[in-house]
Amino acid sequence: MENADDVALSDEEPITAQKVLQTLQEVWLNEKFSPELLQHQSDLVDCILDQMQQMEENLQKLKKNDFRVVIHRMELDRIRYIVTDYLRIRLNKIETYVIHVLEQDVSRSTEDAFLSPPELKFAKEFLAHMEDHFRLIALRHMPSNVQDFDKAKMVVIPNISSHVFLRAKQSITGVVIEGDVENREEEVDLEENSQHIMQYKPIADYLKTGAVQLI
Amino acid sequence: MFCEKAFELIKELRRSPDSLPLFNDDAVRQVLEEMRALFEQNQRDVNAHIGGDASFLSGVHLRHTALERNKRCLLAYLYNRLTRIRQMRWEFGSILPPEVKYNLCEPEILWFNKYSKCLANYMKSIGDNHGLNLTQDSKPPKSLYIEVRCLVDYGKFELDDGESILLKKNSQHLLPRAQCEPLIRQGILQHITQ
Repeated sequence: MENADDVALSDEEPITAQKVLQTLQEVWLNEKFSPELLQHQSDLVDCILDQMQQMEENLQKLKKNDFRVVIHRMELDRIRYIVTDYLRIRLNKIETYVIHVLEQDVSRSTEDAFLSPPELKFAKEFLAHMEDHFRLIALRHMPSNVQDFDKAKMVVIPNISSHVFLRAKQSITGVVIEGDVENREEEVDLEENSQHIMQYKPIADYLKTGAVQLI
Repeated sequence: MFCEKAFELIKELRRSPDSLPLFNDDAVRQVLEEMRALFEQNQRDVNAHIGGDASFLSGVHLRHTALERNKRCLLAYLYNRLTRIRQMRWEFGSILPPEVKYNLCEPEILWFNKYSKCLANYMKSIGDNHGLNLTQDSKPPKSLYIEVRCLVDYGKFELDDGESILLKKNSQHLLPRAQCEPLIRQGILQHITQ
């Protein structure tokens, strides 16, 4: 964006719109390439939507044939695409791993929750609808000893051993990689700004603290 | 052989990976019937066992495994159909075209409506009740305006800036991409790519 509108996100120094967009892009890429659901960023999403509304209002004030209108509208479209794709990816993961995601979030406090309140509501309703559907159409016609909706058997868990591309934003020492056949464990050091391809599981915690970025 | 009918349901879905076949009411009923028969046979055998005859145990075990397998196949069939129906909500919106709706059974239509409402509520509550339509902008935007050809006689279409355009069959227009997307998805407009 041409003007660096200062948006204060907290009581600290105001964060520029540029930084917010950069964060959105990183958050989007992380969610896209990670096999499991990551922590929700609804503060960021709220902020972006507010900014978009402000941009839209500014554009209404300009004359229709102004050259800048085209450029800014493209920018708006691009930002809107990133936000909707980010939320869509999350929704997909919530639906696929619904039982697992709900179980995990039960044990977390509200600040650490991975599901935002609307997402939590959606997940609970989705699971309830699915359960009702199975009961109505099949389970109630089955013999009594197999009639239950057994969540333990139905749960789908993401494959956290799948491989990902990543870049280390800080220097990290001592990443333990599990061996495969002979059960050898390897310890690896990641230099700042180096790029790697490896299993998701060892670096999952670093991703959550922001030390690595998935690409 | 037990569980053959249940396996047929799975094969039916495998055979048509892109579309949703008609709900196989008959086969589902047969699978449930087989489960009932297996269970009743098991009950008789268990009662005989309590009466002192221990020779039926392996039969009971086999039938119980068959019961569980039937349940698993049946639920897999239903679940996979649900995922395809869910995809339709994202493609067609909240109203299904009649030829698609024909393939769904009553409970599935009920589920579709519930899911549709659930999704709409979620989208409305994004961003502090600001609302965001997630079914739009499914591809990264390449340009602001796109060339479209009108496929049916739609009539007047009003754009966001107040201008209205007459959409007649076979007419071509250069329109803002964001506003054409829902019409393209419904089949009223066609995106012309050279």
